[in-house]
Amino acid sequence: MPKAEEYKNPNLELIEVIITGNQEISPGVHLISWKRTHDFHPGQVVKITADPKIAPRIYSICSGNDEPEIRVLFNVKEDGLLTPKLAGMIPGMKIRTTKPYGSFKDGKEPAWWIATGTGIAPFYSMFRSGISENKTLIHGVRQLNQFYFEDELEWSLGDRYIRCCSQEQSCNVFPGRVTHYLNQINDLPTTINYYLCGKALMVVEVRDLLISRGVPYQNILAEIYF
Amino acid sequence: MKESLFGKTLNDLTTLAVELGLPKFTGKQMAEWLYQKDISSIEEMTNLSKKARELLAGKFEFGLIDSTKVQESIDGTKKYLFPTNKGKFIETAMIPDDDRKTVCVSSQVGCKMGCLFCMTGKQGFQGQLTAGEIVNQIRNIPEWHEVTNIVYMGMGEPFDNLEEVLKSLEILTSEWGFAMSPRRITVSTIGIVPGMLTFLEKSEAHLAVSMHTPFDDERQKLMPVQVAYPLAEVIHEIKSWDFGRQRRVSFEYIVFKGLNDSPRHVQELCKILNGIKCRINLIRFHPIPGTPLVGTDENTLQKFKEKLNDKGILTTIRASRGQDIYAACGLLSTKELGG
Ligand SMILES: Cc1cc2nc3c(=O)[nH]c(=O)nc-3n(C[C@H](O)[C@H](O)[C@H](O)COP(=O)(O)OP(=O)(O)OC[C@H]3O[C@@H](n4cnc5c(N)ncnc54)[C@H](O)[C@@H]3O)c2cc1C
Ligand code: SF4
Repeated sequence: MPKAEEYKNPNLELIEVIITGNQEISPGVHLISWKRTHDFHPGQVVKITADPKIAPRIYSICSGNDEPEIRVLFNVKEDGLLTPKLAGMIPGMKIRTTKPYGSFKDGKEPAWWIATGTGIAPFYSMFRSGISENKTLIHGVRQLNQFYFEDELEWSLGDRYIRCCSQEQSCNVFPGRVTHYLNQINDLPTTINYYLCGKALMVVEVRDLLISRGVPYQNILAEIYF
Repeated sequence: MKESLFGKTLNDLTTLAVELGLPKFTGKQMAEWLYQKDISSIEEMTNLSKKARELLAGKFEFGLIDSTKVQESIDGTKKYLFPTNKGKFIETAMIPDDDRKTVCVSSQVGCKMGCLFCMTGKQGFQGQLTAGEIVNQIRNIPEWHEVTNIVYMGMGEPFDNLEEVLKSLEILTSEWGFAMSPRRITVSTIGIVPGMLTFLEKSEAHLAVSMHTPFDDERQKLMPVQVAYPLAEVIHEIKSWDFGRQRRVSFEYIVFKGLNDSPRHVQELCKILNGIKCRINLIRFHPIPGTPLVGTDENTLQKFKEKLNDKGILTTIRASRGQDIYAACGLLSTKELGG
């Protein structure tokens, strides 16, 4: 199997792949899959398009690096160009994707993974790839049904899996946003790495908060779904 | 609220004229009134028939938006605050310099890109600007007849609002519009590759790329975009593009103390820019609240510049302007006004 594309080589040509599954795992949120064509590092992304007229969009890989399929988690933007099309595709149909690439990668050191919404994808990929031993995962969503892969993550990570929900309440779920959760922790570790993934505002607010609590900016790596 | 005429291209104006049953040439007449003359209402478009003006005014408004606040720096730089059609706010800087007047326009309300050193990035994203709202930042300041240069370096990432930015460039550079030379316009990006390629194809304006360090691991801590569009990909695309003799590509480089100001950086810059006819603009860092970053000292800055020039890369230091009114590079923000 060819190696994952390191981002030093920017020649990311589109290749045609056949969809093997497309499941709506929560209202408006899909998990789409195809047979893996390349190795990748968990945390990497692919570019995808379903139509030559639509410029490829970027998606985090949301599957383990030794699984036979690549999966991607996306939410449907009703007025978006690509995601409504992707949502309507069924197994057997073709999409075009690049080789995996990107540098949002974690290693063996202890780290906190902080995500909102579909920003959980790279962390779930890391988790499925066996990189979760000394990691804490904090996932922020608006509604309870947006805690994708919740059962599996709770089972495996236990107390190291923290759920924050801003608009609904439930036991074992912190009532509020990720930033509120972090704010009420007195001793945030300052020597570990922090990985942030999701919308811009969450990323900049959490990054500011971590820096204000003494975390060196060099310990913070962010991926923004712009 | 009525639709604005201001911000429409000649094509748009001609189409709407025909749809209203007006002669086709009304489109061109409207364009000239909108972009070349000092009027602010449809009523003042006096070479259009009264009936035509009434028809237009029934459906459209002229569409200029007045600034609500102006601040002036001790160095003469002015910062204008403009409301947007959606009730948000943007800032525009006008920088006078000898016989030049440069306007630094915003392309978005806030920004999605989250660069660590930027005040706009801290604000998050509140919305896209229309072409009209972009061009309004030039047309609706008192100095508009004296503007010599335009830089898309205000709030936002221009190629994250590509369609409207291209439309604004068309208005600024067309004969029927502001008739400015594209060589007096620079669009700055952090390297959104698909947008950059479309811009290179469809516009003649200069390109500036915010680099800030040639090393991937350092860049991704400063600029999350590095994860999505690595610098290597940006440089690769620039190397494959024929810029011709007149068009310029430059790299913006904020110099941080102990982070990106070493001989190792000079060496790597030479390596990755080898084969590109370009210049580097070194920028002094203007600290933002809570930042862990520190600007380099003057001595190192000068040395860094000299080393790059010695290696054959044309390098200049950009003068800091408007710092006392938060109009300098990286300081624009309307967060306190709710975007
Ligand atoms: C590094 C990275 C990783 C990402 N990973 C994921 C992921 O794992 N999962 C995921 O769901 N997403 C991810 N994204 C986001 C993804 O790339 C797409 O942006 C998203 O899916 C929307 O695509 P779309 O074509 O449906 O919408 P688009 O057509 O791109 O539109 C997006 C939004 O912009 C608005 N819009 C479109 N055109 C205009 C216009 N002309 N003027 C004003 N507004 C307009 C639309 O209303 C829509 O709400 C990632 C992005 C990045 C950069
Ligand atoms: S530097 Fe430009 S792209 Fe980066 S956050 Fe600021 S406005 Fe956005």
